[in-house]
Amino acid sequence: MKSLAELEAIRQKTLERVSVRKEADDAIRVVVGMATCGIAAGARPVMLKFLEEVQRRNLHNVTVSQTGCIGMCRLEPMLDVIMPGKEKVTYVKVTPDMVPRIVAEHIVNGRPVEEYTITAAESK
Amino acid sequence: MELFRAHVLVCGGTGCSSSGSGELIRRFEEQIAKQGLDKEVKVVRTGCFGLCEAGPVVIVYPEGTFYSRIRPDDVDEIVSEHLLKGRIVQHLVYKEKSKEEHLSLDNIDFYRSQMRLALRNCGVIDPESIDEYIAFDGYKALAKVLTEMSPQQVIDEVLRSGLRGRGGAGFPTGKKWQFAAASQAEQKYMVCNADEGDPGAFMDRSVLEGDPHAVLEAMAIGGYAIGASEGYIYVRAEYPIAVKRLQIAIEQAREYGLLGKNIFDSGFDFDVYIRLGAGAFVCGEETALMHSIEGGRGEPKPKPPFPAVRGLFDKPTNINNVETLANIPQIILKGADWFSSIGTENSKGTKVFALGGKINNTGLVEVPMGTPLREIIYNIGGGIPGGKKFKAVQTGGPSGGCIPAEQLDIAIDYDSLTAIGSMMGSGGMIVMDEDNCMVDIARFFLDFTVDESCGKCTPCRIGTKRMLEILERIVEGKGEEGDIEKLESLAKNIKATALCGLGQTAPNPVLSTLKYFRSEYEAHIREKRCPAHHCQKLLNYEITDKCRGCTACARICPVGAITGNVKEQHHIDITKCIKCGSCIEKCRFGAIVKN
Repeated sequence: MKSLAELEAIRQKTLERVSVRKEADDAIRVVVGMATCGIAAGARPVMLKFLEEVQRRNLHNVTVSQTGCIGMCRLEPMLDVIMPGKEKVTYVKVTPDMVPRIVAEHIVNGRPVEEYTITAAESK
Repeated sequence: MELFRAHVLVCGGTGCSSSGSGELIRRFEEQIAKQGLDKEVKVVRTGCFGLCEAGPVVIVYPEGTFYSRIRPDDVDEIVSEHLLKGRIVQHLVYKEKSKEEHLSLDNIDFYRSQMRLALRNCGVIDPESIDEYIAFDGYKALAKVLTEMSPQQVIDEVLRSGLRGRGGAGFPTGKKWQFAAASQAEQKYMVCNADEGDPGAFMDRSVLEGDPHAVLEAMAIGGYAIGASEGYIYVRAEYPIAVKRLQIAIEQAREYGLLGKNIFDSGFDFDVYIRLGAGAFVCGEETALMHSIEGGRGEPKPKPPFPAVRGLFDKPTNINNVETLANIPQIILKGADWFSSIGTENSKGTKVFALGGKINNTGLVEVPMGTPLREIIYNIGGGIPGGKKFKAVQTGGPSGGCIPAEQLDIAIDYDSLTAIGSMMGSGGMIVMDEDNCMVDIARFFLDFTVDESCGKCTPCRIGTKRMLEILERIVEGKGEEGDIEKLESLAKNIKATALCGLGQTAPNPVLSTLKYFRSEYEAHIREKRCPAHHCQKLLNYEITDKCRGCTACARICPVGAITGNVKEQHHIDITKCIKCGSCIEKCRFGAIVKN
């Protein structure tokens, strides 16, 4: 170990692996519905895609977790994005292709993707 | 590097390992692979979480769900419900006595009033991964010290923080470093005292098992401050998990160049070696410890010269306890002002206590100095089991004393404990309820010191033995008038003349129980009675009017001491009774009592 920069590089590299165990005030939570209905509708590839995107973009403050059935099984796969200090946004009928856009527009830039949300789906 | 959405943390401390956490880890990995979750869920073996009572403990992140007393068969359910479907397995979640279940660590009374500094990484990181330690700001303090600070600045920072030695005596750490730095020599040594010998104390073991790199980092910082290029960790061979993790940590640190030559390109060399102790209590005393490292007998020698002048291999040496060292990196990173804002006037920071004895939450707790004893026993410790009454708490191990119920509201720090005749010691806390006999407790600790006395000096070798003999007489009902006075005068002489800390503090358990529970001694000696109904030889068995005259006791009694007619109350002849207890076991009506 010859420099601070080397130490910092290891720290950053490992940080993303352990960030689920750290408490952060700016934590963004992505909660994927993973009951039988969600899994049957394809929630697992969606969640894996989320993990991939989060890792690709080095987003340390995002945790991806799962939850049970919330009762609207016809709209599965569903997921919530919960940003600190903002109302949670629920996306429905999510496919892996939709994930990069949700991550880029909502999680990184703070603008929910209106057309994928439950409000849009219900008003159709 | 893989990103995992969930981490399953399984406690790999000694407590949980002995209740089968190794099997749990294997089972988790097997089940997770079976469900195809091995790309999403990671299993991590961590250090001690502290709530050993509820072990083996498993925590699932990101939810922070706290599962307790997990059996291998429960693993399948956690994997198929929680990890696969996101449904928390409610019936396995830790519950406090008579309260709602608690889903997360922070909501549990046991953790709420704790402040974990020395234990900050225990139960959070994988102790066998240097990368995880670095991710939690590890080795940053060493980098700061080597690149930005002079040795004197480091010493000043530690001095200003007010950190005092956590091994027992409470000597200011900064001063110790200053003395060692002031000694001129080509070679100096930094020694870590991990010879934790107090019965019931295991805080150092937990730090070494849960966060070994913190100790290495602190030793390197100390080495830089005092001008030492070599360090020794003296750890007892009875701590195999701690030794193994230290070895792994040292190898990893060498590989990364965080130990070895020219660390951070600063020209500073430092390396650490492990020495195993064979578990002699006296080797926790610094001069005896150094003899043992040198390969000699574990016997103390008179001070001065102090180790800072002539220590290990006759070179200036600085010795610090494990928990003391675990505080150092944070003092450097967050500053002396931050550290000194925690605690009381003369005792800064936090202290780790090992709670044991008659208490609900056996385990490891870390609280700011100045926390009332009542808070530790009742809020964190969960009170006394079985609705029994609190009688006393023994702190400081065989060198400490008992604190009675009247002193429960005392704010714990070094000075307040000394003022009431006990001491901080390494932080063992053994709680006693109304069934514990204080004379017998004093006898127990004396028995320990007599056993562990190295025999070099007369007051300790012979004096403690004589005290033990008197105490043994008293608990057997053969105490005589004048015994208490004899104990007191022996205690005074041993304290004044013994060579090392072991002998000087050995009489403390007797003195403090005499101070607060003198009436129990008097009852044993004058009335041949044990008020706590504990001392077997002083108990008298008696049959009450609950007796239905079934004759079961009379038939089981091996010496024929019980007489009585059928369907009438029986009677025990106490001159014949050998107090074997068979009649109590046999009686179906609870009619036989001990007095």
